[in-house]
Amino acid sequence: MDFIFEPWPWYVAGPLIAVTLFLYFYFGKNFGVSTNFETLCTMSGAGKVSDYFKTDWKERDYALLFVVGLFIGGLISSNFLIPNEAIELNPKTAQELQEIGFSNVAESYFPAEIFSKESALSLKGFIILMLSGFCVGFGTRYAGGCTSGHAITGLSSLQIPSLLAVIGFFIGGIIASWFLIPALF
Amino acid sequence: MKNIRFLFLGIFFAIVLSKTEAISWFRYYEMFRFQSFHMYGIFAGAIVFSAAIMQLFKSGKIKDQFGNPIQPKIKKEGVIRTLVGGTFFGLGWGLSGACAGPIFIMLGFEWIPAIILLASSVLGAFVYGLLDKKLPK
Repeated sequence: MDFIFEPWPWYVAGPLIAVTLFLYFYFGKNFGVSTNFETLCTMSGAGKVSDYFKTDWKERDYALLFVVGLFIGGLISSNFLIPNEAIELNPKTAQELQEIGFSNVAESYFPAEIFSKESALSLKGFIILMLSGFCVGFGTRYAGGCTSGHAITGLSSLQIPSLLAVIGFFIGGIIASWFLIPALF
Repeated sequence: MKNIRFLFLGIFFAIVLSKTEAISWFRYYEMFRFQSFHMYGIFAGAIVFSAAIMQLFKSGKIKDQFGNPIQPKIKKEGVIRTLVGGTFFGLGWGLSGACAGPIFIMLGFEWIPAIILLASSVLGAFVYGLLDKKLPK
């Protein structure tokens, strides 16, 4: 039973992600997460401000249940399935992060410099989180999908818009990790 | 509640991504710095297996639980929207590891930053909705 508590190798993830996609479609729905941001707007009454949000959110309750499941799965994983969050990061990556001022690199999934309560609630940390969340919400809706909808569903069904979106994901991610992170920390 | 199965599917998906470190900020950073195969292996595996499944859907060999043919939604066309929108998403993803699904999983790990990310993502989607008709596609 040890394998439950040890980190799972990368090659386990791909097939199991595909199983998730298969079941999502088998249950009769289109796989993707980021439309939920829109649904949450609609539920908060955004339809009063813009017709864009005038949809019946109850028709998307399955997707909301899926993300509630993601939260529960996260709770289960963090509390019971991952006794040690340390990651075997490339030593070069770890060293570079140390050089720009990160401490305890890869000793947990999320760096304290961004995710600890103190960082998240400091002015700088709060602004970084708000800006990145804003970019994610705005960007996924503009592009029409995120990693699940474009990179996995879209690419595997050979759709050109998804290829362009994934190129965009990498342009943004490279700017963030090569330029913004070193400049901000 | 026939849709309760999606809740269990979400739990399963969250455990898979958590256990394979695919929600970790460090893994994303390493990926964007091209210093590790880990995330690329995960994406390659997911896409190859999913593409095989898509072929089975397309050929009609597999139908959904109601017996209907399965047809993935056609993505909206547009070079600007996909590239620019994608770049916005990538900036957020690269900065805070705020991939859409993992934000919800992160709520179970580090709830304070995750709530800030979720609230600002919803705000971002709201602002997009207001500008939808004005933005170039």
